[in-house]
Amino acid sequence: MSTLVYINSNNGLAKNTLEAITYAKKLGEEVIAITTGSADDSVLATLGQYGANKVLIDRTVNTDDSQQITNVVAAAAESMGSNSVVFSHDFIGKSVGPRLSVRLKAGLVPGATDIPRNGKIRVNVFSGKAMGFVSIKSARKVISLLPNSLQPEGGGENCPVEEFNGNAGIAGVKVLDSKVPEGEIPLPEAELVVSAGRGLKGPENWGMVEELAKELGAATACSRPVADIGWRPHHEHVGQTGVAIRPNLYIAAGISGAIQHLAGVNGSKVIVVVNTDPEAPFFKAADYGVVGDAFEVIPRLTEAVKKFKANG
Amino acid sequence: MKLLVCISKSPDTTSKITFKEDNTKFDENGVQFIVNPYDEWYALVRALELKEANNGSVTIITVGTAVDDAVIRKALAIGADEAVRINSEPHDAYFTAMQIADYAKTNDFDIVLTGKETINYNGSQVGGMIAEALGTPFVSLASKLDVNGSTATLETEIVGGVEVVEVNTPFVVSCAKGMAEQRIPNMRGIMAARTKPLNVIEPSAIEALTSFESYELPPSKSACKMINPENMEELVDLLHNEAKVI
Ligand SMILES: Cc1cc2nc3c(=O)[nH]c(=O)nc-3n(C[C@H](O)[C@H](O)[C@H](O)COP(=O)(O)OP(=O)(O)OC[C@H]3O[C@@H](n4cnc5c(N)ncnc54)[C@H](O)[C@@H]3O)c2cc1C
Ligand SMILES: Nc1ncnc2c1ncn2[C@@H]1O[C@H](COP(=O)(O)O)[C@@H](O)[C@H]1O
Repeated sequence: MSTLVYINSNNGLAKNTLEAITYAKKLGEEVIAITTGSADDSVLATLGQYGANKVLIDRTVNTDDSQQITNVVAAAAESMGSNSVVFSHDFIGKSVGPRLSVRLKAGLVPGATDIPRNGKIRVNVFSGKAMGFVSIKSARKVISLLPNSLQPEGGGENCPVEEFNGNAGIAGVKVLDSKVPEGEIPLPEAELVVSAGRGLKGPENWGMVEELAKELGAATACSRPVADIGWRPHHEHVGQTGVAIRPNLYIAAGISGAIQHLAGVNGSKVIVVVNTDPEAPFFKAADYGVVGDAFEVIPRLTEAVKKFKANG
Repeated sequence: MKLLVCISKSPDTTSKITFKEDNTKFDENGVQFIVNPYDEWYALVRALELKEANNGSVTIITVGTAVDDAVIRKALAIGADEAVRINSEPHDAYFTAMQIADYAKTNDFDIVLTGKETINYNGSQVGGMIAEALGTPFVSLASKLDVNGSTATLETEIVGGVEVVEVNTPFVVSCAKGMAEQRIPNMRGIMAARTKPLNVIEPSAIEALTSFESYELPPSKSACKMINPENMEELVDLLHNEAKVI
């Protein structure tokens, strides 16, 4: 028996792919990674260091089309006799995982935050306000792992890479264009995030937020009203109706901490809140609080980070 | 253009979440239910806009019990033409998706729209499952949807950016922010909703593949440490030495 892991290798091996391999290894069976696209064998072989016993690549597929990838992963699961299939809970995991569940009649646990314990897998529910424990009744299982739920564990040897043809068929979804801003850290992957809300008064005041983020190597985020009034782009909106994130550090300036905002950030390991109002609800969810004016505190914090970096 | 919009109910976003029966069931006592925001604000409103521009019809479908009728009427008040309720608890995403797919198979829909996720279970599962059961393409996390004849152009969220894609009908799409603006139902809509058809259908025989065995509330946070706003060196020091995040 084996565990099959679908890996997105289109832009190198992101941290969440290594997490998925490490997770699969912890399930205790042989780990076979399957990918599509055109990554180099030498790159794919390094998945062995994280626990893959073998990597399969279907080079006939060069899109993220969910039907094509489902066909390939299902074919690999058949030929490898895999009873479990693991994804990262990213945009591919969210489109291919459900399809594969139907195809294999395999119960799906989306957004797992832990390995199965006593046959139950932990997930976040109610937008992070609670955790649920799910059991899968079918013999075959599909699990997608919430990014940032465990640390990749390397240290092993490279593994063999083999060509695989999964009869992908044609893509139903045609990609016309793709716009990925250069040089920005994608929010869902960021380990550090600096975020700001309506307390900043206007879009012209975001320079200091970006500067702090740059100094820390952090991504930037914002509250919903800030995205709705167009001060910041929509993809930065975090919360219940925006992106849900769980970075190691979340710094929130001028955000009140409404329950819908907290729902998207309460998985963060450490939360720092900067607010002029000592009664702001966000302080109840924070680890470190600064009662003060963001216009003074943020530049001061940036200076302190600079000093810290200079002293190594 | 025939559009099917999948509607689920979810607890009001400000609800306090508690559990009962030894933490095995969500305690609905005192909880106000609303239409899941993604289904209402994005999927339903965009479907109505498409219908208004291209003619056709908008059917909403819910897998749920009679308790859900209030939420269904609210979605009808916003403008859907008719509603279908599959009369069963939605046991799991697979069960729910297979019920919806069975209904969709006997009625030719051009587009099936779902929300990005339910805000209670946050699975993002049902849309992709329906697409697989129907054998159609699936566009997930779309923030824009335009239709020209039998071809649709969409924008979808990918890691760190957006992708513009094209797909032919029929297909399934899950809708996220950006798709449309929230619509507040008016008095006329609310009155009309009372007499719009709500067809109750008995479920197909389908076994759920997963089940929630229990729940837990996250450990409560220890008290917030307050830092002097003049002393950001201290904060940096704590983040490095105590919290170990930088
Ligand atoms: C169904 C639903 C879904 C929602 N989903 C989301 C979501 O996903 N994400 C989200 O963010 N919101 C969401 N909201 C909105 C949410 O309820 C709040 O309205 C919103 O989060 C408030 O944004 P804010 O904190 O930026 O603004 P405000 O509430 O206006 O708070 C501004 C804060 O800045 C502080 N401040 C002012 N000046 C300064 C200064 N100079 N320095 C420091 N602090 C200062 C103020 O004390 C205040 O606390 C949702 C609401 C609903 C009903
Ligand atoms: N019980 C249900 N009845 C109808 N549609 C549902 C139901 N549950 C979920 N959906 C739809 O599927 C989407 C994704 O749900 P989920 O997979 O639970 O995150 C929701 O936004 C709804 O559009």
